Amino acid sequence: MEFFKIKKDIPFMKHAVAFNAISFITFVAAVFFLFSRGLHLSVEFTGGTLMEVSYSQPADLNAVRGQIAKLGFSDVQVQNFGTARDVMIRMPAVKGQSSAQQSEQVLTALKEADAAAQLRRTEFVGPQVGDELAADGLKALAFVVVGIMIYLAMRFEWKFAVAAIIANLHDVVIILGFFAFFQWEFSLPVLAAVLAVLGYSVNESVVIFDRIRENFRRYRKMSTVEIIDNAITSTISRTIITHGCTQLMVLSMLLFGGATLHYFALALTIGICFGIYSSVFVAAAIAMWLGIRREDLIKHHGNKAAHDPEDENSGAVV
Amino acid sequence: MNRYPLWKYAIIVIALLVGSLYTLPNFFGEAPAVQVSAAKSSVKVDVGVQERVQAALAAANLKPDVMTLDNGSLKVRFDNTDQQLKAKDAIQLALVPDANDASYVVALNLLARSPAWLTSLNAAPMYLGLDLRGGVHFMLQVDMPAALTKKAESLAGDIRSGLREKNVRHSGISRNAQTIEIRFRDMETLEAAQRVIQDQFLDLQTTSAADGADFKLTAVINPVAAKRVQEQAIKQNITTLHNRINELGVAEPVIQQQGTDRIVVQLPGVQDTAKAKDILGRTATLEIRMVDDSAEARSAEFGNGPVPFGTERFMDRNGQAVIVKKQVILTGENLTDAQPGFDTQNQEAAVHLTLDAKGARIFKDVTRESVGKRMAILLFEKGKGEVVTAPVIRSEIGGGRVQISGRMSTVEANDTALLLRAGSLAAPMEIIEERTIGPSLGAENIAKGFDSVTWGFVAVTVFMCIYYMLFGVFSSVALAVNLLLLVAVLSMLQATLTLPGMAAMALVLGMAIDANVLINERVREELRNGASPQSAIHAGYDRAWATILDSNVTTLIAGLALLAFGSGPVRGFAVVHCLGILTSMFSAVFFSRGLVNVWYGRKKKLQSVSIGTVWRA
Repeated sequence: MEFFKIKKDIPFMKHAVAFNAISFITFVAAVFFLFSRGLHLSVEFTGGTLMEVSYSQPADLNAVRGQIAKLGFSDVQVQNFGTARDVMIRMPAVKGQSSAQQSEQVLTALKEADAAAQLRRTEFVGPQVGDELAADGLKALAFVVVGIMIYLAMRFEWKFAVAAIIANLHDVVIILGFFAFFQWEFSLPVLAAVLAVLGYSVNESVVIFDRIRENFRRYRKMSTVEIIDNAITSTISRTIITHGCTQLMVLSMLLFGGATLHYFALALTIGICFGIYSSVFVAAAIAMWLGIRREDLIKHHGNKAAHDPEDENSGAVV
Repeated sequence: MNRYPLWKYAIIVIALLVGSLYTLPNFFGEAPAVQVSAAKSSVKVDVGVQERVQAALAAANLKPDVMTLDNGSLKVRFDNTDQQLKAKDAIQLALVPDANDASYVVALNLLARSPAWLTSLNAAPMYLGLDLRGGVHFMLQVDMPAALTKKAESLAGDIRSGLREKNVRHSGISRNAQTIEIRFRDMETLEAAQRVIQDQFLDLQTTSAADGADFKLTAVINPVAAKRVQEQAIKQNITTLHNRINELGVAEPVIQQQGTDRIVVQLPGVQDTAKAKDILGRTATLEIRMVDDSAEARSAEFGNGPVPFGTERFMDRNGQAVIVKKQVILTGENLTDAQPGFDTQNQEAAVHLTLDAKGARIFKDVTRESVGKRMAILLFEKGKGEVVTAPVIRSEIGGGRVQISGRMSTVEANDTALLLRAGSLAAPMEIIEERTIGPSLGAENIAKGFDSVTWGFVAVTVFMCIYYMLFGVFSSVALAVNLLLLVAVLSMLQATLTLPGMAAMALVLGMAIDANVLINERVREELRNGASPQSAIHAGYDRAWATILDSNVTTLIAGLALLAFGSGPVRGFAVVHCLGILTSMFSAVFFSRGLVNVWYGRKKKLQSVSIGTVWRA
């Protein structure tokens, strides 16, 4: 079986402006929603109490809301979680009252109304931990960005590093934009997914950059645009298949992983789709505009390449 | 050109053997067990205990499957939960006659059902996190400013008596948060006081300043001492928590320090959070009282008469009764420290107590009046008192430094010091994070994670086999080996597997296939360009390698960042993610190449390879 029979290089770079315009518009929209709607942060970040209660029959959410409101808690969210029989209750932290008392009170009230109510899970996070988690998340993001840039700058060149990081950070912002727009819950596993996607979609750019470098050595007469087009065309088959395979895994998580892994898998799905787009269409174009040249990539190995033009792997030995 | 030297095959075979061996325990599942561990630091679970348990079980007509004694805990495995529960009751009855004074913790647990030879190789199933097995997780924050304030308070009192002894007249000592302020009328007294403080209180650093008509000396705890106070506070709180959790009967509690001022407590299998929290938050109190040595009290001690009026009967740790007066001389609030050490005169083991100024003054008065009498140190927990020690007062004791000695071994001295310190929390604690996961949810989470990995794996494998034919089969086998090695490494390291960890497992498999896709695509491309099959395989693997390395390094950077900065669920994800990337480098490149070499390597005149359609331009 063979999906891709591409005889001629596809002139991707001819449409670079259009691709980047699409990218830019999505990016701006994502930033807009991030600011206008904000992320729906989980209790891990905001602090507060989360309870998961299961009933033997589909739960009446309004009744549950009423029972909790009677206790005098304000700002309580009650929603179904996974199935109609499972209810998730989120309460902000109350000053002068421990989470233990809070959850105990709520559970007693719920049990009074329906003896079948069963506590499946509680989670309480103090406000100080929430702030720390947010700070740690940002630190991790900075670490990933700087680490990847240094690595790419060493392996390739700073222009590639900048291009890859811009392209992939824009993926991250778009994922966040989706979470803001749909008000999906942004929890710690989602943060992990976002950072994993960052590392993963940089892969994609790396594969294409590797090809660009190889092409620079091999096809000495081609222009930069032709070289990029050829690199993208010859790797597109692999790009689609790899991402397809990863997506199969993620899809399986989305289908079988249950409510806990739902948003995690969703973040990965968006990340994978936009990861393809940004690495193929955006990263290479940015690198092109930053003015990558043959000399940038083979200057260290210039002498060797001159002696042995067939050896396209000379730069790839670690 | 496509042949491995023998040693490379040997590495593959060894890796597979070791991998299978350590993955094996995960298939046996878990069996119900009863675990016996020591509730007090003075008792040890040893062969003697094992014999008692054996006798108790034989008497109850119960036959354990396996009985193991390691790391101070005895684990007895049974066939079913019915036997397990009966055995727990039988052992409880034999080892813990009095539930209020338990020397041993008898808890229900789950043990791997793997055969003994596997266990002897230290091969154990993966360690499941709380979200997969159910239980309670707490993170407690120790209130360090409160610990320092407490220390400053006791130092202020010490300074007051120190200055009085040296006849230095001040016009007021006050404590403001963690600083101590002393006022003086003139500069000379201030300097005299400063000298006293510098000589006697090494933990303090002082600064002087004019304050209106008065002179003010400000003393603060110096950074080194502050650090020591904080370290001691958290250690003491951990010890206290240990003692309290022992009463809960949890098989494998985790109590760890996190950072400088946090403690993580994990209680697998505990469902009653309310009780757990109640016990964690309880305070113990220490009291010093006089022992009644009258004739009536003596006879009451042996149970021959009524307890005299105004006294109470308490047991000491050896089960001997002590009749103690109801009047309390000192409480734990006046005790600032208790350390094990040695008697300076006869080198006997001893416990050194440090009292604050108020305590020292009272202690001095009481001891002066009661030379030759006995004094009891009592520890109250859950409203029940126990005599820790009841020594005879030999002489007046001043200065707030008290030594308890006499017929004590070093171990006992250690235990007593620990008990005295652990009696109360050094600083208040606050629960800042809490997670409870019900057991049914845990089981469900395992099933969900397992399903995700399985179906994703099947889907990818089917696709690869159809798309790349025989090379797809090689890739699929390599992917299976990756999963095997990952599970083996996780089992070996006993890293905690959580639901995000299982998600990482699925994700890493999806990413690992990338390497094989790269290789297979490269081989196809070489064939398309007219290379011979053998050289296409060779070039395909060689050229793909640099790309695979680059892309894995970038993924690894992201994984390491998560590991370094992540906590809780993120860390569980990151551990599996990073390990998975490492094992995938081995399986996807080294191992799959080995497979290809075995299959195609020897065929010199290879005409075609089975890698799906290769179209020619």
